[in-house]
Amino acid sequence: MKERMKKLCWILLFTLVVVNGFAVQRFPKPEFETAYLQPQTHQPPPRAELLAVTDVVVLFLALAVTTWLVLKRRSRMGVFFMSLASLAYFGFYRQGCVCSIGAIQNVTLALFDHSFFIPLTVIAFFILPLIFTLFFGRTFCAGVCPFGALQDLVAFRPVKLGSRLNAVLGMIPYVYLGLAVLYAATGTDFIICRYDPFVGIFRFGASFGMFIFTGTLLLSGIFIARPYCRFLCPYGVLLNRTSRFSRKHLTITPAACIQCRLCENSCPYDAIDIPVTGKNPMDKQRRMRNLIFIILLVPVLVGIGGWTGARLHETLAGVNPKVRLASLVMHPESYAGMAEPFEITAFRSAGKPVAQLYAEASSVLGQFYTGGWILGGFLGLVFGLVIAGRMLARYNPDYVPNKGNCFSCGRCVDYCPVKATTNPPS
Amino acid sequence: MLNRRDFIQTLVRGSILAGLTLLTGALVYRSRKGGCESGFACGSCPKSDGCNLAEAKAFRQTVWQLDPAKCIQCGRCATNCVMSPSAVKCFHVYAMCGYCDLCGGYFKPETKDLTTAAEHQLCPTNAIKRKFVEDPFFEYSIDKPLCIGCGKCVKGCGAFGNGSLQLQIDHHLCQNCNECSIARSCPSEAFSRVPAGKPYLLKSFGKELLPDKKTTSG
Ligand code: SF4
Ligand code: SF4
Ligand code: SF4
Ligand code: SF4
Repeated sequence: MKERMKKLCWILLFTLVVVNGFAVQRFPKPEFETAYLQPQTHQPPPRAELLAVTDVVVLFLALAVTTWLVLKRRSRMGVFFMSLASLAYFGFYRQGCVCSIGAIQNVTLALFDHSFFIPLTVIAFFILPLIFTLFFGRTFCAGVCPFGALQDLVAFRPVKLGSRLNAVLGMIPYVYLGLAVLYAATGTDFIICRYDPFVGIFRFGASFGMFIFTGTLLLSGIFIARPYCRFLCPYGVLLNRTSRFSRKHLTITPAACIQCRLCENSCPYDAIDIPVTGKNPMDKQRRMRNLIFIILLVPVLVGIGGWTGARLHETLAGVNPKVRLASLVMHPESYAGMAEPFEITAFRSAGKPVAQLYAEASSVLGQFYTGGWILGGFLGLVFGLVIAGRMLARYNPDYVPNKGNCFSCGRCVDYCPVKATTNPPS
Repeated sequence: MLNRRDFIQTLVRGSILAGLTLLTGALVYRSRKGGCESGFACGSCPKSDGCNLAEAKAFRQTVWQLDPAKCIQCGRCATNCVMSPSAVKCFHVYAMCGYCDLCGGYFKPETKDLTTAAEHQLCPTNAIKRKFVEDPFFEYSIDKPLCIGCGKCVKGCGAFGNGSLQLQIDHHLCQNCNECSIARSCPSEAFSRVPAGKPYLLKSFGKELLPDKKTTSG
């Protein structure tokens, strides 16, 4: 009796092992008679860890050198060659991963999801350029970012877009940033990486859709200089806002501006603020009225934005894998007549209870509801501030680079006829 | 002389700097904890041995890993990698192989004469090499550069054989994309980020196959 129980236990144990393990031993291990040596499974190691530290060191050095070239040497040539070097290292050698732009998502996810591990190197890639920008302006964009360098190379015939078009297109990055943060925080997707137009170039291969996008971007980049940087880049939003408060910043002229207007058309990025003068009492009254209008307008815009965002939360959540799977499971008729989607097959073979999936999906939907309010409110605020910026144009006597939009590329410097009183090295 | 505008600028700059410092601090703290939910800083955790996150402490980088136990061989590994051909390859765990004459991973089902003729082979690129060892055993090996990671052989071997053919990311080829483009389209969520010190997950009869000393460092 005892023996039989033992046997039964063994059989039970065996079936358990077989059912659980995906690898089933159907055939016994062979016993070789010849001197056959069984090969080992070759497992090539990943890139050495130390090299990740090298990346950070290179990043720091590139930032420091570019900053020196921009602020001390005031050398467009130097910045140009620096950006080529960065393109070679971060672009073609490191293949564009990890980059500061994408790091926004890692940082966001690390803050929201405690089980997400963020390496110190990624933190450095996110923070270092921001710190440099806070002190010296967007030198990162000028000479370190490989995406910027690539677009700078093709900006042959830049045209002026006009301040209104610039302002409208300039809002796209805020939308992109907001969506990227929402999708990263909910663990849905890293959309900045997914729609990165340049890695395809660095890796010599892209999907057809991406190829078209990259091509369009680079071609339009001949006329609209740095289209990604100005009208898409979500990291650019952070740099732009930070740079406005930078301690030092590139100046067009090394001494006092003589209003010769020679630099007026030198900036391919429409980043030079032309003088705004003519203050009179009438102006003051109008300013006051505008200010009151804006103070009333902004909260309304935030409210409308938030409300719209919350209305859209189901649409926004539609790309979340959990939500998508749950809706597939809930509506099998959506794939009737077609082959069963792999997602369903995988779900069934994983054996997760349907109720658990639904619970998870509805919690994701909840996050998107809150997120929709925040995202919408944020975009309403941005919209309001853009209007405010246009209505409350600031008094400005000289030709100066706009500290937010200027990439510190140094092109305008060569156009200024004023020579420094204390000569900087040639 | 500090005018009003400069003063506001300095003030805001100071607050941004403080904010960035705080953010960095929070992130570094998170990073040191190594993605653990126990609430202890990594290293001071009572259950630090037996915790596979301990490796995250030693290896401060992570890489993508494919769990062959979750994979359903949908074929997207071949098509969705940013590399072409894919960085995902078939790995052969020899220690598990039955060395069968009729290999479920090598031959198309219902193949009658077991020859190496191309039309009999399951692999679309003929990446599996069949070599006679001794009666009745045959050795199967993968010609890595030819393999496109489609998983057809893996499916065949899993269905009719021992399951010794398994898909893995070849870390010599993988670019360690910030977000793996296969991971986001994998229907079975088989991809995850793991400490770089233990990049492979090959199974050998329920056990994990240990790294090959000669070829893997660390
Ligand atoms: S340094 Fe700034 S303002 Fe001057 S050309 Fe470059 S982007 Fe324009
Ligand atoms: S995408 Fe996922 S399920 Fe499909 S073959 Fe790759 S690992 Fe397997
Ligand atoms: S069948 Fe597919 S996965 Fe297997 S060796 Fe051939 S190409 Fe690689
Ligand atoms: S991380 Fe990138 S290179 Fe590696 S398997 Fe995924 S898509 Fe391919």
